[in-house]
Amino acid sequence: MRYLLLIAGNESQMQSATAEQGEAMTNEYAEFGKTMAERGVLQGGERLRFTSDATTVRVRNGEVLATDGPFAETKEQLGGYYVVECKDLDEAIEVASKIPGARTGSIEVRPIWEM
Amino acid sequence: MTAEVEAAVADAFHAEWGRVVATLVRLTGDWDLAEECAQDAFATALERWPGDGIPRRPGAWLTTVARNRAVDRVRRARVGASKEQAIATVAPQPEPGEPGESDLGEDEVPDDRLRLMFTCCHPALSFEAQVALTLRTLAGMTTTDIARAFLVPEATMAQRLVRAKRKIRHAGIPFAVPPAHQLVERTAAVLAVLYLLFNEGYSASSGADLVRRGLTTEAIRLGRILCTLMPDEPEALGLLALMLFHDARSAARVDSAGDIVVLSEQDRSLFDGAAIAEGHERLAGALRLGHPGPFQVQAAIAACHVGAPDEKDWDEIAMLYDRLYEMSPSAVVALNRAVAVSMAEGPGAGLALLELIAPNGLPDYHLLPAARGDMLRRLGRRSEAAEAYREAHDLAGTDAERRYLERRRREASA
Repeated sequence: MRYLLLIAGNESQMQSATAEQGEAMTNEYAEFGKTMAERGVLQGGERLRFTSDATTVRVRNGEVLATDGPFAETKEQLGGYYVVECKDLDEAIEVASKIPGARTGSIEVRPIWEM
Repeated sequence: MTAEVEAAVADAFHAEWGRVVATLVRLTGDWDLAEECAQDAFATALERWPGDGIPRRPGAWLTTVARNRAVDRVRRARVGASKEQAIATVAPQPEPGEPGESDLGEDEVPDDRLRLMFTCCHPALSFEAQVALTLRTLAGMTTTDIARAFLVPEATMAQRLVRAKRKIRHAGIPFAVPPAHQLVERTAAVLAVLYLLFNEGYSASSGADLVRRGLTTEAIRLGRILCTLMPDEPEALGLLALMLFHDARSAARVDSAGDIVVLSEQDRSLFDGAAIAEGHERLAGALRLGHPGPFQVQAAIAACHVGAPDEKDWDEIAMLYDRLYEMSPSAVVALNRAVAVSMAEGPGAGLALLELIAPNGLPDYHLLPAARGDMLRRLGRRSEAAEAYREAHDLAGTDAERRYLERRRREASA
């Protein structure tokens, strides 16, 4: 089964992190990506720019409306994602628990609706 | 004969329902199909056992019939040849008219019910859904009865079950016993569901709501199954012992008028000796495993309470509450510990401990002022006691409790 692992965390904490802290986190993610790719579960994933760089698009009455910011103001913001192929939810939970961001933020595990 | 057959089917239902459903879930991966086919199998038993006789192994007979029904249904629905084949290969067709005593024993994996328990109590499901699924699929309780037991409309309960089964399918919740590194917390989740079932039933007034009282029976039945499937899990044994000790006193807890009888005034001749004996046996088995836990300590305390009153050792009970508080430091445990200390060392010592429980630690919990009332009464501070009983009365949730506390208040005011 394929799952989308959405990584949510507090952006302002990340923005105020020191350079060393930022580098340490990048290394941890690199390590996680390497391990999971070797294991064969990782299908893709990216880090996202902060929500201050987000643009939300809606089409209403045929008119394209683009506005500044994410579609919802929340305490934790979407900061990245992985697509993983796992045996079942238990494996997806185990993989999600190893994402570095799980220790400070939260990971939402969403089964992919296969078409 | 008919009555005999009906009794046999009822016995088989309690003993085998969960096993039949669990096996069918494993074979088909379809929870609704598994339940429907299990239901069909029991209906068939009611039709055929009067003429054919009660099979030697009712569980195997029922599983075979249910499995054949699943093959039929999948074939008729033409879901796909591969699935049909998958079931057909493990479901040997018994001779028509012959109660299927075919060689079921081998491929009937004994762990199916355990898998079902862990799946029903998976943390990805809400606690409410875990409870409902456990009652429906493992205990075979009807949606109507589950709804009545939890005081929600039937449509709400049906929806809850539909959603839970859909999530199991969509999210890929496995039908499996969790791996070793998850076993401890996942077992705790199963035990929490069983204990909630027991308490829901136990707190219901006897007679007034028989459906809810039935939850204690189901919880104990499932607890026994769990202990059979996980014989080395001390907390499962501890929970079963705890439930048995509590249940042993159920006939003595309420008098003929439906009024509460406090522990110290309960008629011990009404206690269920067999349940107490089994409780001691289970607890001893748990303690032999050498891994104490909160359920085992609670069971040890409950064992003290079913013993002879003149042998009751309040020092030991207070000490057990100390251990329990170390394991799970909750305000309820602190309250019970204070009560035990008040019996061991006197009401003054108990009252001092009660004062340490932050007032916001147990908001609206009537047993806190009730305990304070008892200690004040024993200290002879009658007007303060009456005031505490009045406070408890206003917070109490059932009529029986309110009547009891009102009686206490009047005694203190007299």
